[in-house]
Amino acid sequence: MLTPQETTGLMAKAADVGAPAGAAAEGRSLWADARRRFLRNRAAIISLCLLAVIALACTFGPMLLPHAFDSADWEAMSIAPSLQNAHYWGTDDAGRDLLVRCLIGGRISLAVGLLATLTSVTLGIVWGATAGFMGGKVDTVMMRIVDMMYAIPYLLIAILLVTILGREFYLVVLTITAFSWMDMARVVRGQTLSLRGTEYVEAARAIGVSTPRIIFRHIVPNLLGVVVIYTTVTVPGVILTESVLSFLGLGIQEPMTSWGVLIQDGAKTMESTPWILLFPAALLSVTLYCFNFIGDGLRDALDPKER
Amino acid sequence: MWAYTLRRILSAIPTVFVVITVCYLLLHATPGGPFDSDRKVSEAVLANLQAKYHLDLPLWQQYLLYLKGLLQGDLGASFRYADWSVNDLVAKALPVSLSIGGAAMLLSIVIGVSLGIMAALRQNSVIDHFVMLLGNVGSAVPSFVLGPVMIIVFAIGLQWLPAGGWHDFEVRFMILPIALLTVINVATIGRVMRGSLIEVMHSGFIRTARAKGLPTRIVVLRHALKPALLPVVSVLGPLAISSITAALVTETVFSLPGLGKLIVNGAGNRDYTLVLGLVVLITLLTVTLNLLVDLAYAWLDPKIRY
Repeated sequence: MLTPQETTGLMAKAADVGAPAGAAAEGRSLWADARRRFLRNRAAIISLCLLAVIALACTFGPMLLPHAFDSADWEAMSIAPSLQNAHYWGTDDAGRDLLVRCLIGGRISLAVGLLATLTSVTLGIVWGATAGFMGGKVDTVMMRIVDMMYAIPYLLIAILLVTILGREFYLVVLTITAFSWMDMARVVRGQTLSLRGTEYVEAARAIGVSTPRIIFRHIVPNLLGVVVIYTTVTVPGVILTESVLSFLGLGIQEPMTSWGVLIQDGAKTMESTPWILLFPAALLSVTLYCFNFIGDGLRDALDPKER
Repeated sequence: MWAYTLRRILSAIPTVFVVITVCYLLLHATPGGPFDSDRKVSEAVLANLQAKYHLDLPLWQQYLLYLKGLLQGDLGASFRYADWSVNDLVAKALPVSLSIGGAAMLLSIVIGVSLGIMAALRQNSVIDHFVMLLGNVGSAVPSFVLGPVMIIVFAIGLQWLPAGGWHDFEVRFMILPIALLTVINVATIGRVMRGSLIEVMHSGFIRTARAKGLPTRIVVLRHALKPALLPVVSVLGPLAISSITAALVTETVFSLPGLGKLIVNGAGNRDYTLVLGLVVLITLLTVTLNLLVDLAYAWLDPKIRY
């Protein structure tokens, strides 16, 4: 619920924009409202900008820097960060430029994060919506499977899978997907179930709106809120799983790299060269923080009841 | 209650069964047997080896033999460590993991619940901010970053404790791993406890208890604590599963000879039977733990009846 101050604030804003007097009464769309609330959340906006900077740096940074991620500089092995040689973040014990490796690793970590999120979110939505719409026996069986998946120590199965299947990029994505879709399925099912019984869906049905139109005009927009929130929660979880796998030496393989691989490398030599650990660790943590803040911001924006 | 317990146990069995079956089939669907190596072995030796591990039988017979072994508590043989069965390896590694994990779980419940209570009763105090900060750190600084940082600070910088290793349950080797696992779990437990106690303290029966003049201590301990603990209990199941992840990382970071190290090494060596045996064992442990958590929940909350 909006507090009275917020409501007047919103109305004042609407007046500022110069909307005709009738517009406020007519109401704004759910999304415009949510966008306004999100833009007011400073932590979320800062996180979004920071994340954009990290993503851009990972995408284009390696092209602008003079070193390649897998070429060794024999003159400069394990050197500390310095402006000479253009090794701004130093080099690792094989003389490879750490900044470039962190950015290339970020590409992989973010790519795995986004791809695995996309696949697991899709699977979760389809699974949850099907269970919710069908109801009855189908629903029971489908949700039993989800419960079962929750009880399984997923990282162990993931380890088993990468042991058997190998450690190609797409296999890592598939393995992570297999254990990241259940939250979404549960949430979407719950939401679908409750939406099916709402008065406005009933009202729409009563005035003769067709079923597809009800689904796309009334149910999907209301599902999208939770889907967006849970997607932002899924991304950091997925990135973390990839990093753990890589850290344990069971994920992305050398000479390709990811933040988890870099952290593992750094942890091996942290006594003599701590920066090799600290730079990728800081990058990963900042990224995870950003996703958390953005997720909080989106939840506040899309689901005002929760506040 | 008994009927519920029985039903809950019966519904846990298929989970374990499905995991075992799927993992077993996955293992055997992979091309290449355990004895395909670069070294040429004569036909006779190969046949003997295959007979010893029952690899000459059809798949369903192998599977039934494996299940039969499991029922008798036999996890099979390791393909990589000669002369060691998975049971021997587990018997050596399990006490290490259990002592670290058990101590950490106990400590984090006690510390997490106390911190959560203090934070909830004094909102916006130093302790409250500390709990929220810890919750933030716990969600964004993963265990494999926190562990090495702890080593840099306490082992390399201050030189108080060894950086890793294990020596016959000697306490100084156990402190850092236990501390790492505890910090991670306290973050979750503290946050959940704080949230749920704040909610309970706003409910009607607490107002009644206060209205009849009970001191805050009694109100909290006798009336608010039990309902507020429910969400904490329900979070213990997922926490146990994420603790396994944390334990794998902890044992790798501090090079402890526990189950986690065993499974990571096994996966690295492609020791299929060892990994399968450990997955089965740990699945069994977590499913049992989840079962206990559910039963505890039903026992604590009289409203839950299925």
